[in-house]
Amino acid sequence: MEKLLNEDVTKQVKEYLNPMKSNVKMVLFTQEDPCNTCQETKQLLSEVSELTDKLTLVEKDLNADASDAEKYGITLTPSFVMLDENDDYQGVKFNGIPAGHEINSFLSALMDMSGIDFGLADTIGSSLDNLETPVNIKVFVTLSCPHCPGAVSNAHRLAMSHPNIESEMIEAQTFGEISQKFNVSGVPKIVINDTHELVGNQPIQEYLKTIEAL
Amino acid sequence: MFDFAVESQSEQSIFDQQKHFDFAVIGGGPAGMNAALYAIRKGLSVAVFSLEIGGQLHNTSEVDNYIGIEHTTGGQLSESFHHHVLELGVPIKTGHMVTKLEKPDDFHITLDNGDVYTAQTVLYATGGAPRKLGVKGEDEFANKGVSYCTTCDAPFFKNEHVIVAGGGNSAAESVVDLAAWASKITVVHRSQWRADQIILDQFKDINDLTIHLETQILEIFGDTKMRGVRVLDKTTQEERVIEADGMFVEIGNIPKSKLLDGLVEMNEQHEIIVNRDQETSLEGLYAAGDVTTQPYKQIIISAAEGAVAALAATQYLMHHKK
Ligand SMILES: Cc1cc2nc3c(=O)[nH]c(=O)nc-3n(C[C@H](O)[C@H](O)[C@H](O)COP(=O)(O)OP(=O)(O)OC[C@H]3O[C@@H](n4cnc5c(N)ncnc54)[C@H](O)[C@@H]3O)c2cc1C
Repeated sequence: MEKLLNEDVTKQVKEYLNPMKSNVKMVLFTQEDPCNTCQETKQLLSEVSELTDKLTLVEKDLNADASDAEKYGITLTPSFVMLDENDDYQGVKFNGIPAGHEINSFLSALMDMSGIDFGLADTIGSSLDNLETPVNIKVFVTLSCPHCPGAVSNAHRLAMSHPNIESEMIEAQTFGEISQKFNVSGVPKIVINDTHELVGNQPIQEYLKTIEAL
Repeated sequence: MFDFAVESQSEQSIFDQQKHFDFAVIGGGPAGMNAALYAIRKGLSVAVFSLEIGGQLHNTSEVDNYIGIEHTTGGQLSESFHHHVLELGVPIKTGHMVTKLEKPDDFHITLDNGDVYTAQTVLYATGGAPRKLGVKGEDEFANKGVSYCTTCDAPFFKNEHVIVAGGGNSAAESVVDLAAWASKITVVHRSQWRADQIILDQFKDINDLTIHLETQILEIFGDTKMRGVRVLDKTTQEERVIEADGMFVEIGNIPKSKLLDGLVEMNEQHEIIVNRDQETSLEGLYAAGDVTTQPYKQIIISAAEGAVAALAATQYLMHHKK
């Protein structure tokens, strides 16, 4: 099969992931046809996991492995979560293939999950200390959107910073129905707990303000 | 098939150790990045503070007018600027907005997380944000059909009818980019084309393209999303309605000069007034690129202004270095 990542990109990705600290596991859910981009997503994740021994890929089927899917709240395919070195789910999920510009939020999440300090502790300070309600952050993207990976990374970093926060990238073209449900026609669009909306690559403070106001 | 636009990463840890710089650059677009390149090669201690790297380069797909590079994309050009500057070891702080710039003695640069850095000279190169039409319905339907980023949002208008508002290069490029997605494109512009002929020449391959010049948009209407616009034909003075599923507004930029309100001289459009050395009216503070009064907002011009600012700051520091 032809490779998805060409030689140059392979080299870039390898260098990028070189500083990864601890092991990360990706759990990918696909299903039999019809599944738009399941094959490609599987191929991308497997090509990337071959570039570092810190990364493993586990493949699941949405229907055959329904209990796993439920554990991570997976309802769409392709969809994958990242687990830390203890196999703990920290709320970091990608729905759809992280190609195009979105490769950047994918790589940055791998680095963050491996324990590289993403330097948010000061910014977040004590603002999430009293957070008790579960928070779900959806970030709708297109693969041609250069401002989107920043928005996704912010959301994923918040998820990694607090057990109550879960964050998911949603590739709007693969998942047209849910995008329409949330009236997405401009990206990045950030939807918090299905009700509060932010548009554009907002600084992390804007996420925090919205979460605090929930 | 998919492509993969991997971006370089900046090492952030230096900012824990170093808080003062000879030359601090605010803004990581063409102006800021080229300034950083020139400054570090001159031996200055330099840092870049920018929400993201590349600036408006990310809003443009094709770039065909940067000498020496016959054809590239905004994303690729941004990445090559970024890579070049990182290779030279310039620390770049991304992910944060600069929220305050003061000059009690040295310049104090405050970030949105409260961190403060100081510098003896500063380049302000924050570029511009898309100009709005300023008509009824624009805010209501923003991201509900009305968009300011063609590369980001064109895929949402597959097989739909979209309007492009504007008549400069970015509007013309928007038309060309949208042709791959939309089934019908209508251009509405209040005067005549100002775009390069070489871009307009590409229109001949576009199927369903209608152009209304001398036509002003009066209002955007819709329900849960935008449904169309009401326009005034300036030649006949007649008003009419154009129904459409979306609209891309490409009518230029407004300078992001707010942080300098009251600190430096600006013109009526809030562009920062600079001299040939890119000096503002405040000693040690330089400005370059789209945020200045320079009328031709282009990548190469912004980059060149950044270089001038860095060289001028080097001269200044030679005589004033503390
Ligand atoms: C759709 C479109 C197409 C274009 N096509 C072309 C073309 O083909 N050729 C060409 O030559 N030019 C083109 N241009 C113009 C060109 O992109 C600009 O002239 C150029 O990017 C200006 O560079 P700059 O460095 O001054 O500012 P910008 O590119 O606007 O960069 C400013 C930077 O500052 C950062 N910033 C702003 N405020 C803050 C703050 N408070 N704190 C931290 N960071 C901040 C931003 O994040 C950004 O990174 C196009 C523009 C558009 C919109």
